[in-house]
Amino acid sequence: MLAFILRRLAQSIAVLLTVGLVSFFLFRYVGDPINSMVGQDTPAAEREALKEKLGLNDPAPVQFIHFIGNAARGRFGLSYRTSEPVNRLILERMPATLELSLCAAVFALFVGIPMGVYTGLYPRHWSSRLFQAISLVGVSLPTFLIGILLILLFAVILHWLPSFGRGQTSTFGWWTTNFTSWKGLQALILPSITLGLFQLTLIMRLVRSEMLEVMRTDYIKFARARGLTNRAINFGHALKNTLVPVITVTGLQLGSLIAFALVTETVFAWPGVGQLFIQSVQFADIPVMAAYLMLIGLLFVLINLVVDLLYFVVDPRLRTVRTGH
Amino acid sequence: MNLSFGRGLALAAMCATLSVTSVADAKTFKWANSGDVSSMDPYARQETFLLTFTANIYDPLVRRNKDLALEPALAVKWGQIDGMHWFFDLRPGVKFSDGTPFTADDVIFSLGRANGPGSNVNGNFSSVKSFKKVNDLRIEVELLVADPLLADKWSSISIMSKAWCEKNNAVQAADMIKNEENFATRNAMGTGPFVVKERRAGEKTILVPNPTWWDKPVHNLTEVIFTPVANAATRIAALKAGDIDMTYEVPPADTENLKKDANIKVLEGPETRVVYLGWDQERDELVESNVKGKNPFKDKRVREAMYRSIDVDAIKRTVMRGQSFPTALMVAPGINGYTKDLDVRPSLLKPEDAKKLLADAGYPDGFETGMDCPNDRYVNDEKVCQAVVGMLAKIGVKVNLRAQTRNLYFAKILRSTQDGKPNQTSFYMLGWSPGQTYDVHNVFEQIIETPDIKRKKGLYNSGGYSNKKFDELADKIEVETDKAKRDAMIHEATEIYTKDYAYIPLHQQALVWAMRKNVDLVQPADNTFPLRFVNVK
Repeated sequence: MLAFILRRLAQSIAVLLTVGLVSFFLFRYVGDPINSMVGQDTPAAEREALKEKLGLNDPAPVQFIHFIGNAARGRFGLSYRTSEPVNRLILERMPATLELSLCAAVFALFVGIPMGVYTGLYPRHWSSRLFQAISLVGVSLPTFLIGILLILLFAVILHWLPSFGRGQTSTFGWWTTNFTSWKGLQALILPSITLGLFQLTLIMRLVRSEMLEVMRTDYIKFARARGLTNRAINFGHALKNTLVPVITVTGLQLGSLIAFALVTETVFAWPGVGQLFIQSVQFADIPVMAAYLMLIGLLFVLINLVVDLLYFVVDPRLRTVRTGH
Repeated sequence: MNLSFGRGLALAAMCATLSVTSVADAKTFKWANSGDVSSMDPYARQETFLLTFTANIYDPLVRRNKDLALEPALAVKWGQIDGMHWFFDLRPGVKFSDGTPFTADDVIFSLGRANGPGSNVNGNFSSVKSFKKVNDLRIEVELLVADPLLADKWSSISIMSKAWCEKNNAVQAADMIKNEENFATRNAMGTGPFVVKERRAGEKTILVPNPTWWDKPVHNLTEVIFTPVANAATRIAALKAGDIDMTYEVPPADTENLKKDANIKVLEGPETRVVYLGWDQERDELVESNVKGKNPFKDKRVREAMYRSIDVDAIKRTVMRGQSFPTALMVAPGINGYTKDLDVRPSLLKPEDAKKLLADAGYPDGFETGMDCPNDRYVNDEKVCQAVVGMLAKIGVKVNLRAQTRNLYFAKILRSTQDGKPNQTSFYMLGWSPGQTYDVHNVFEQIIETPDIKRKKGLYNSGGYSNKKFDELADKIEVETDKAKRDAMIHEATEIYTKDYAYIPLHQQALVWAMRKNVDLVQPADNTFPLRFVNVK
């Protein structure tokens, strides 16, 4: 098992280096940040001086080595846009994104799994068909459209929920949270639904098909023959055996929840890292974009690692196979 | 039962009104813009939004009123002692919001900081040799060259506190390479109408009125909350839902929709920026054209044919949805030196007449040229260019449009900052507002004069239009202090460039702001938004 983890770690570093290389080269083509940094009527000499100071006149390989060296030490320099350290910018925005992604994941899991179980158990019931139809909307409509429709309905027409922003937050050290006030929680509802809807659909469909499969297996029939309660059969035996693929998908999707939160964040003006990234792209703010891409790369690598380890916990067969070798 | 239900409802309604009035008494003003202020440091960038935002916290020596005319702020009197010297008499009894008194030392410090390393507003000091304190309430400025516009330029320079900057280690404006925090990027403290209560970059900035402000407030606000909301649809929805009271930028497509909403009013006015088209008139052969060995744009007849085939009114009607103000000049009304009698576009040509002009110039079958256009810089920029492409196709000029994001586009069209050489464009769109001086000379100097990197002239004259007579006039205008003579020369110079078809001015875009019905504010033509004029009923 240790060898397995080490192997995965080595692979992870290779992946991160590649991400670094790709992002570095991408950024050489997003345009000249100088034009965003200074006004249109800034004298030429000042532009030139700024370019020199930022090291933009160095040859590309030199710039890349600097970049990787600094990235390894967690130094991404100063944002071109705000002149603030990139680390602090990202750290400040991280809680907002993590809380949003967490709520979206909880929403997707705790609504998606029961819906999946239900539609799996009663595939022909009209309510199952309704769930299926709704889930189709979840997969087919793009996130920004769902977000805008929700805002239109719940904020503009019904006035129930705020249309954008984080609402009220409290601060604990560097962490800011929405969970301490009613206003903060209200602000979380629409963005979480928007962000989590696609995952919910995915989880529900996955659980449903797995349930359909499992319910036909022999051990379920035997369990029934033994006279176990429906509840014990459905949740104790059937659901548990559907969980391996669900964990894989949920794990990977958690990564995408964080990475793709940027669309939801833009729609809801949610001050997270995704929004920071979008602002940075518009500005060609290379240090922030690079740091963000590296961070997301790291996150995916870590999540994959955790998911791999979780298999061992959930599925006893994997354990025996590995130790048997 | 019915009665009591009715009573309950009435009570509930009363409670609702009560709570609404108590909220209204607080006079909180919530507004949004697509992006955040990039810094709290008023010298961080020469950019309208940053300057106008920080001007709520800091005062300049001389400020602009609703009509963009100068009026006293921290200086009560100012003027030229002689051609090469200016004086500013400061307002007595002014205090910074932290309670320290404001004196000439703060002014001298601020001017030095604004002209020093890290500052991006030092373009306002090109004519200045030195400045000195005469006494606590008077400073004098010595110039290198006569500069009749000094007070205009300095109306965008906020005055900071010397003691505050020194205490917080922010004596220099935030420098891009220094890997340390500059206190002034995140904090602000001035003499202005508002003070910062809370600042979270990219998330929210809260201002409250400065109780010790020297001027009598005309606003009635008790709190201002500014939030950046990048998505235009969300901004509009938030405005409709009443989550914000005002939005600074409204996309043209949403304007009609908002006008129909009974709770919302829309303000539209011409912006001082003029959007125009320019040609490469410098090279002997165009970079992007099928004409080899000569440059069609050097021929005035070609320029005339193209200019007079572009129907700006049609662009206004269709692409701009009525939200543009067609112009024949490179400066807008409201800018000093705007010559109203010359703001008349020559009549449109019939396609056959335009073709004849082209034939006279040696292009009976027309020709092909590339065109560069941004797609995220000006209102509907790409669509305007597409319309131009269609109009020119009718006279046989085939335009190959390349519309791209502003960073790439600017990198393709702007002159080299190292040697002043022209870039890779043949035909392009650009917009310009003389935001530093509000004077036509800025446009003459930067866009119309012959490019010369040593003299710092024509740096944004991407196509290299050149007319000696014009250059001489522009240089004289720069130092002429007699207003009548200056105006006469401006008139003459304007005639030269319009008759030459140096550029194709298209229009000023409309500034569109939208707000709730209960908000009353002033929309100056330079797209600044002074909170000191806002009233919430």
